[in-house]
Amino acid sequence: MTVNREAVSDLIQDFQELSVNDRLMLLLEFSEKLPSLPSRFADHPDLLERVEECQSPIYLFVEIDETKAAHLFFTAPAEAPTTRGFASILHEALDGLPAVELLAVDDDFPNKLGLAEAVSPLRMNGMRAMLGRIKRQVREKLAA
Amino acid sequence: MKAKKMPVAIDTTSKKFAEYAHPEVLVSSQWLADNLGASGLVVVESDEDVLLYETGHIPTAVKIDWHTDLNDPVTRDYVDGHAFAALLSRKGIKREDTVVIYGDKSNWWAAYALWVFKLFGHEDVRLLDGGRDLWIAEGRELTRVHPEVEPTDYPVVNRDDSKIRAYRDDVLAHFGNPLIDVRSAEEYSGERTHMPAYPDEGALRGGHIPSAQSVPWARAAAEDQTFRPRSELEAVYFAGGAGLKAGDDVIAYCRIGERSSHTWFVLNYLLGLPGVRNYDGSWTEWGSLVGVPIIRGSEPGIAPAPRLK
Repeated sequence: MTVNREAVSDLIQDFQELSVNDRLMLLLEFSEKLPSLPSRFADHPDLLERVEECQSPIYLFVEIDETKAAHLFFTAPAEAPTTRGFASILHEALDGLPAVELLAVDDDFPNKLGLAEAVSPLRMNGMRAMLGRIKRQVREKLAA
Repeated sequence: MKAKKMPVAIDTTSKKFAEYAHPEVLVSSQWLADNLGASGLVVVESDEDVLLYETGHIPTAVKIDWHTDLNDPVTRDYVDGHAFAALLSRKGIKREDTVVIYGDKSNWWAAYALWVFKLFGHEDVRLLDGGRDLWIAEGRELTRVHPEVEPTDYPVVNRDDSKIRAYRDDVLAHFGNPLIDVRSAEEYSGERTHMPAYPDEGALRGGHIPSAQSVPWARAAAEDQTFRPRSELEAVYFAGGAGLKAGDDVIAYCRIGERSSHTWFVLNYLLGLPGVRNYDGSWTEWGSLVGVPIIRGSEPGIAPAPRLK
């Protein structure tokens, strides 16, 4: 798998080029392509961390491989497409990045997508919280 | 039943509805399926999740979102008459139309949207009993096709906050009359300031308004997300339950006024209490206000003397 190190800026550009309504449709596309959880997690729900700041139940897990690259896993119900969309954007932006580069990603990048107008600023809190928890897990796992 | 002429005939097929004080405010999924496309009927979906409508909705339905459509983007308040008129015009709704609202989570957000429609005095607004989930559980049709909407010229109507909305000063003046806290037990006791597993929208103190009875909103909903029959609702809210009596003036609240819209709907339309108001400032306001009384723990506590304005 090749890693796009410009994924964050590409995503910001992709969203910013669209009208507010089309941004929502792009978020829907993302929600539909959130990778499903590998079966090894299905037997170990205890490994997953719940994102309390999101309105809908979403769980995430970060793995650091032997090359120190970060891999992200999420699960959220189909009835929560906004939350799934947020997770899927983060997956596209961050999955496979070297852990140190992931930690350097702008904490404010969710706000730069221009989604707040489409989904409301309050709902964007959930996406920032996911990013914060991902970074915390990366830091913890690098230190372990 | 009201003799008032509705643009679209009311649903008289349900024995359960007939028991309610205002049966005309509910429609069944079968009734809606039979009436889709009727002239003068507009179907509105209103969900917690802003994208759920886009994943598939009842044919002909338009979307109204509580955050982006009904709340003022700057002031903590609902939209004003101009913005409401612009919204409804954009959605193809005429002042005389019958509006049927449905949504996720036992119509929680649909009831909130209905309450806002009522602040503007839209006459004929109904809920689809069971909401989005029952419609889907029954295997009924969903579509991703956005309906072709012909914009209307909805009149600018001033919002009337005096009858069904309570402000914090109204709550202070209300002491001695019943209050219903519809949040979870943990929020009521002050163990936490927001819903379990929901974002914390911020309140500096935990607990409840003195004398408020705890009746979590979802006790009014059955497993299939429909409203419980009148006799069961009476057991929850009247003698043996929260102790409300016919004729009571009641104020309901939650955290930001959305869950309590559901309870407002139940008390006002299904049980027919005459003076029910929703305190939308709710705990995010009360729990941060300087100098207002709060009770911690699971007992309602004693109402202080009313503070008249």
